[in-house]
Amino acid sequence: MSMIFKRTAGLTDAATHYCPGCTHGIAHRLVAEALDELGLLGNTIGCGSVGCSILSYNYFNVDMIECLHGRAPAVATGIKRSVPDKTVFTYQGDGDLASIGAAEIVHAAHRGENITVIFINNAIYGMTGGQMAPTTLPGQKATTAPAGRKPEFSGLPLKMSEMLAQVPAAAYIERVSLHDPKHVRRAKKAIVRAFTCQVEAKGFSLIEILSTCPTGWNLSPVDALGWLEEHMIPYYPLGVLKAPEEVEHVR
Amino acid sequence: MSKNLAFVQGNEACAMGAMYAGLDFYAGYPITPSTEIAETLAVQLPAAGKKFIQMEDEISSMCAIVGASLTGNKVMTATSGPGFSLMQEALGYAVMAEIPCVVVNVQRGGPSTGNPTHVSQGDVNQARWGTHGDHSIVALSASNHQDVFKMTVEAFNIAETYRTPVVLLFDEVVGHMREKLIVPEPGEIPLVARLRTSLKEGVNYHPYLPREDGRLPMSDFGDVHRYNVTGLYHDMWGFPTDKPELVQELLRHQINKIENNVHRMTFYKSYFLEDARTILISYGSSARAALSTVKQRRNRGESIGLLELNTIWPFPAELVRECTRNAELIAVVEMNVGQLTQAVKLAVGSQKQVHLINRVDGQMIADKDIKNILRILQGKGI
Repeated sequence: MSMIFKRTAGLTDAATHYCPGCTHGIAHRLVAEALDELGLLGNTIGCGSVGCSILSYNYFNVDMIECLHGRAPAVATGIKRSVPDKTVFTYQGDGDLASIGAAEIVHAAHRGENITVIFINNAIYGMTGGQMAPTTLPGQKATTAPAGRKPEFSGLPLKMSEMLAQVPAAAYIERVSLHDPKHVRRAKKAIVRAFTCQVEAKGFSLIEILSTCPTGWNLSPVDALGWLEEHMIPYYPLGVLKAPEEVEHVR
Repeated sequence: MSKNLAFVQGNEACAMGAMYAGLDFYAGYPITPSTEIAETLAVQLPAAGKKFIQMEDEISSMCAIVGASLTGNKVMTATSGPGFSLMQEALGYAVMAEIPCVVVNVQRGGPSTGNPTHVSQGDVNQARWGTHGDHSIVALSASNHQDVFKMTVEAFNIAETYRTPVVLLFDEVVGHMREKLIVPEPGEIPLVARLRTSLKEGVNYHPYLPREDGRLPMSDFGDVHRYNVTGLYHDMWGFPTDKPELVQELLRHQINKIENNVHRMTFYKSYFLEDARTILISYGSSARAALSTVKQRRNRGESIGLLELNTIWPFPAELVRECTRNAELIAVVEMNVGQLTQAVKLAVGSQKQVHLINRVDGQMIADKDIKNILRILQGKGI
């Protein structure tokens, strides 16, 4: 018998605290596998954020710093500029990155920081209990939008990847999804490319990962996967939004 | 049973008090343990035809209520430690531009991200000196939901009367605990309406020219009078100035309007103080434990009392001095390393020793914690 799957060395043995059906765990595994396969595990510094992934230092088998809400890209800037040989990534949710941290992410991209951003978009604030996020879809209910998001009042959801792809110094931006195994494999490739981009000093890379929040969405885990595919992907189309040619061939 | 009887969280009581006070506009950002205030107002404000908005962070939340207040609205935001830190910039702006607003801080453990789901009273001095520059500030507190409701209303009254930001320093225990609230009838707690200028359109209006009583009548920004608002030192028209006499005059005015009216904004409760030889001073949820200790020890014949402060800043020094005149032992009960204890020490002077009874491990201080430390202070052993 041959081994076809094993727990990556990029993750610790800790069981995650995430709710049943939440895709944070898959995203963690993909990042950990990518770092492991690229041989970067002993040389990586991760910058956690505030949100459901606030405890991610328990799971990633790398040096982790737990940053202030929204500020991970600024902290990563300080670290990467000081130790440029390290692989530095941030792991941020949509409340953290698209709301309170909007300035930090734009300017990290603007400066062309050679870091990798893992951006988990589940269209809601999970940790504080289901408030509206900048990414919450029109009509989607949240505790601070009890009748559902009204575009005429709250605007339309922010497409961070499209926005950041317009920043001249950003190198590689791709949006992926975790709603089925095929897309999980694609997500993995994108994450590997993003870290490769950093290793080759191509500059700022960001992978937006469409994720589920069954608790915040008030859906079963299976229904949440279907909701993601049916509602999120049409608004947040998957694919490469920006990639320099040199990065393109890595695929 | 009273039709006004409610069983609610402290955060809900705060939101209900704000609605009672006539809140028109709320802007905020989710943060534990204050989020229920936003969630309650997200339902109640639109239902009343008023405005609720979730902003991208606490910096913009504070700025949004500043803008909304200027146009004539009663405004509020709510947050906890980390968000309160982000609000300090615009809080100072509201002090400088004399903009009425209410800022709720449901305290959790700090500094930084700290102990988000646990109780603390560690922001007492941040409320006082969190924003830069010389200034005075008003900060109120409450230990039970009836007082959360009342102090929220009074916060709006003080904000509108003195054109100042008012901080409501609640804490995680009060915010999340559920208990009885009897919602006051309309008119039961008097409301202060904004003082607006009687000057008609076309008459020169000086937004920063105090009346004889020191108050500044406001004109809804963007309405009939055109004027300037700035965070710079400014003249009576609201335009920037660096003239030394004007800078000094404005700084003194902003401090004096608070410090000269301490007695008008002091709220407190006294329990068994008349003959008390041992006096506890407390506020917020720790005052609940202190009161429990006091009652237990009264039953045992000890002459002990409690002064519960609902007004923390400006510090009611005269009241504290008066109440502790005959005290042989003074102890401040608070869940920090002695932030209000320092103010009490200054108030009572060096003749009397002031002790601190605290707990700073994220756990609610209990009556038995207070009793144990009191016994040591009284030389009785544990």
